Amino acid sequence: MNINFSLLVPEYVLVGVAFAVLAADLLLPRQHRFHLSWLAAGGLVVSAVVVLVQRWDTAEHLYGGLFIADRFGLFFFVFLTVLTAVIVLISHDYVRQHIRQPGEFYALMVFAAVGMVGMAQAGELLTAYVALELLSFSLYVLVAFRREDAHGNEAGVKYIVLGAFSSALLLYGISMVWGATGTTYYAGISEHLALNAGNLDSTLILGLALIFAGLGFKVAAAPFHMWAPDTYQGAPTPVTAFLAVASKAAAFALILRLFTQGLLPALAEWQVLVAVLAVATMVIGNLVAIVQTNIKRMLAYSSVGQVGFLLLGVAALGHVEGGVVIPVTLASDAVMLHLVGYAFANLAAFATVIVVYNHIGTDELSGYSGLAKRSPHLSLVMAVALFSLAGLPFFVGFITKFYLFTAAAESGLLWLAGVAMAASVVSLYYYLMIVKRMFIDDVPESDITSALIGIPRLSWLLLSALLIGTVLLGVYPGPLADAVGAASSAIFSGA
Amino acid sequence: MNGFDDSVLSLLVVLPFATALALILWPGDSDQLRSMKWFSAVVALVSTALVAWILLRFDYTDGSQYQFISETAWLDQLGIGFDLGVDGIAVAMLALTAIAFPAAILVGWNVDARSKDYLILLNLLVGGVYGTFVSLDLFFLFFFYEIAVLPMYLLIGFWGSSTSFPRFTRSKEYSAMKLVLFLVGGSVLIWVSIIAMFVEADLNSFSLLDLQRAGFDESFQNWVFPLLMIGFGLLGGLWPLHTWSPDGHVSAPTSVSMLHAGVLMKLGAFGIIRVGIQTIPEGAEAWAPLLLGMGAVNVIYGSIAAMSQTDLKYVIGYSSVSHMGYVFLGLATMHTLGVTGAVLQMFSHGIMTALMFTLAGAVYGSSHTRDIGALSGLAKVMPVGAFFFAVAGFASLGLPGFSGFVAELLVFLGLFQTYPWVGALAVIGAGITAVYMLRLLAKVYFGETDPRWESLPDLKLNEKLVAGMLALTLLIVGLAPFYLIDIIREGVRHVPTVTG
Repeated sequence: MNINFSLLVPEYVLVGVAFAVLAADLLLPRQHRFHLSWLAAGGLVVSAVVVLVQRWDTAEHLYGGLFIADRFGLFFFVFLTVLTAVIVLISHDYVRQHIRQPGEFYALMVFAAVGMVGMAQAGELLTAYVALELLSFSLYVLVAFRREDAHGNEAGVKYIVLGAFSSALLLYGISMVWGATGTTYYAGISEHLALNAGNLDSTLILGLALIFAGLGFKVAAAPFHMWAPDTYQGAPTPVTAFLAVASKAAAFALILRLFTQGLLPALAEWQVLVAVLAVATMVIGNLVAIVQTNIKRMLAYSSVGQVGFLLLGVAALGHVEGGVVIPVTLASDAVMLHLVGYAFANLAAFATVIVVYNHIGTDELSGYSGLAKRSPHLSLVMAVALFSLAGLPFFVGFITKFYLFTAAAESGLLWLAGVAMAASVVSLYYYLMIVKRMFIDDVPESDITSALIGIPRLSWLLLSALLIGTVLLGVYPGPLADAVGAASSAIFSGA
Repeated sequence: MNGFDDSVLSLLVVLPFATALALILWPGDSDQLRSMKWFSAVVALVSTALVAWILLRFDYTDGSQYQFISETAWLDQLGIGFDLGVDGIAVAMLALTAIAFPAAILVGWNVDARSKDYLILLNLLVGGVYGTFVSLDLFFLFFFYEIAVLPMYLLIGFWGSSTSFPRFTRSKEYSAMKLVLFLVGGSVLIWVSIIAMFVEADLNSFSLLDLQRAGFDESFQNWVFPLLMIGFGLLGGLWPLHTWSPDGHVSAPTSVSMLHAGVLMKLGAFGIIRVGIQTIPEGAEAWAPLLLGMGAVNVIYGSIAAMSQTDLKYVIGYSSVSHMGYVFLGLATMHTLGVTGAVLQMFSHGIMTALMFTLAGAVYGSSHTRDIGALSGLAKVMPVGAFFFAVAGFASLGLPGFSGFVAELLVFLGLFQTYPWVGALAVIGAGITAVYMLRLLAKVYFGETDPRWESLPDLKLNEKLVAGMLALTLLIVGLAPFYLIDIIREGVRHVPTVTG
């Protein structure tokens, strides 16, 4: 058994950064504590560099397969830590204005990052579960961070109750899978499924269904999405961004590895189920988003819709030909690409929401009327972000959706791609309504006094970087597609 | 071919986007408007010069289907390449765009609200149009197709105008949203077909050169073609999914109406040819009767609807629906004459309708009404406008000497070879066009001049220039159509199921 502890140095670095932030919080005078964002972001980036140097060509199974360090894990380690670093920086001005305990806030984000990289590299259900709980517990606190705010409290309670409920479902499901197969390792489950294909024990099926439901809660897939809008609305906006982008990416890393390395042989049993979940999720998310009047709620429903697209990719992970399951690597490529593209666009949107909120103190959509006059830069970033989310060309969302839908067709799910495209049209409607507010409508009379919105320099840089990234990946996706392809072939070859 | 020929198409496509980017980054705003306008105009003329180069160097004795081919790897994982090339059909469409775009910039010279944004969006739109016409890769064809559609939302929503009817108002925001949702909805069908073709061919390639040789089996062709026909046909104004088009034309500002009715609708018909008939030839043959039926309704319904409009721009909008009907009829003949006529009609209608919108825009700009009931006797105060409107009207009703006559004649000839009854119906449609065009001309320009309009100014200099240029094009192509016809026929003859 491989027990090479030094392979985990990047994870140690991450944990060290979290504790360093907490310690520095004690030492720094109160008025300087918001500067801890630099320490947290820097530390996250350092850990990403360390992992790149250390694990560039690694493909090792630690502790008999509990923990798998491969290209896929490397990709998600770098992606998730950099993502967290960006969110930490996006929250810099927000924390300065609205949050009283910056040290704990940033330390919890780094702890969440530890949980997330664990989820991407776990090769066994219980390890994945523990990593997921580390993420969830950090988020329970972060969501309720503005405890003086009624919405914040509501968000915290909903999230913790439903989160705990879904964790219970997950655990119960894991226990049933263990009962039926005698193992919780992905590889072991895969072997068992391959041996008993077409003739699965009902306990195992129930266990898998419970695991699906538990993970469905975590990623806010319909019909398990009810917590998302209230939680998204009530949480501090940087935490909302974290929930919408980072924690979702980590959950899909877990799902991708579990489904390819563990559940692929039973594709015929779950493909339809996941496809139906995908349809429900994209239809409900995108339709309900239309009637929202609060931008965070709207982005919440829109991200539910995006989960539907990602689930489409999961459903397309393979197809059955003559009783044999053929893996479709294009599908996991597509899911990863879509996660990256979605991260760029959604973070750009949330960064804009934060700047606007810091300035006008509201997240209501009416605050966005005439934004183009008050800040051309903000409205441009927002418009590009929304267009990318809608999957329009020039922006990364188009190429990632093209990938996803092509993958679906490769797996014989052309009908599902058609439904997803129709859902995209619906999403275009409500995104365009915001574009209309920003560019066509006038500034409301009462706001004339505060006509121009100044953007702090750090936010300006981040917004521009996200904007450029969204466009650049849209017109030149080759290198990213290469990286994703390498990561994706790693999980399939390890299956 | 020398080096410039290899890169001229890439240059043509990249130029408008580079212009848009340069405008976005242009420092200063309102004080720089004049230079920005001149910059855009010069760049537009440069792209016109590039198209002229292509037109001159295009070798229509050359046997190969596509010329000026350039292939650049872009995303190997999905078999997508930035592949460009033109055939005769595309060259005709490039010529149309090259005329309509500078004209639109010139007509929009006086747009003064947020004109920087306006120019940026216009350039994006035209970049999309050029890109669609020259793409030989389905991914990029679709990519540019969508880009061409999207700027319309803001162009209509912000710079457009609402129309008041006695009982309701059609707001510009409504028209803009309707247009975008219809067209993006149609592109869902296109997207599904593209992906289906990719998977069915199993070549890991989106290249049209590969797919057109893939030899799809008949049952596949039979279910994919209607999707393409409806999806692209939507943008071409195919009945019964045309309703976005008059609303969109009317609400758009003049220059956008010109580009929209003039060039953008042609993307739809072009898509039916390039992706539909050329790539799915047997499917096209099987479904031609449906296209024929819908096209016939387009012609008749469009002209009857145009007859009953009270708004000047709505008349032109519905007449576009009717004229695009001839394009669909010509394509549905699957006969060389008919298809050639259809493409020539695309060109001719583009120029003609751009001219009409210029003149309607001039009337609206000075009188602030488009109500036909209120307008009368304008010829006395705007003689130049009246002259050009008469030219456009005659071209529209198919008077010999103008390009519309040649195009419609070819379509009719094609129809009489294949579906003579429909040919007769189409001729009736042309008759109705004559009725409403002449009535419109008589009502708006001739007769008693209402005292309200005594002091109405004639066309402005930029409008005169544009109108003169467009009218001249109509006349030249009408009198000497053979150059263009030869080029178009060179493109048409490569489709296996088009006979005659």
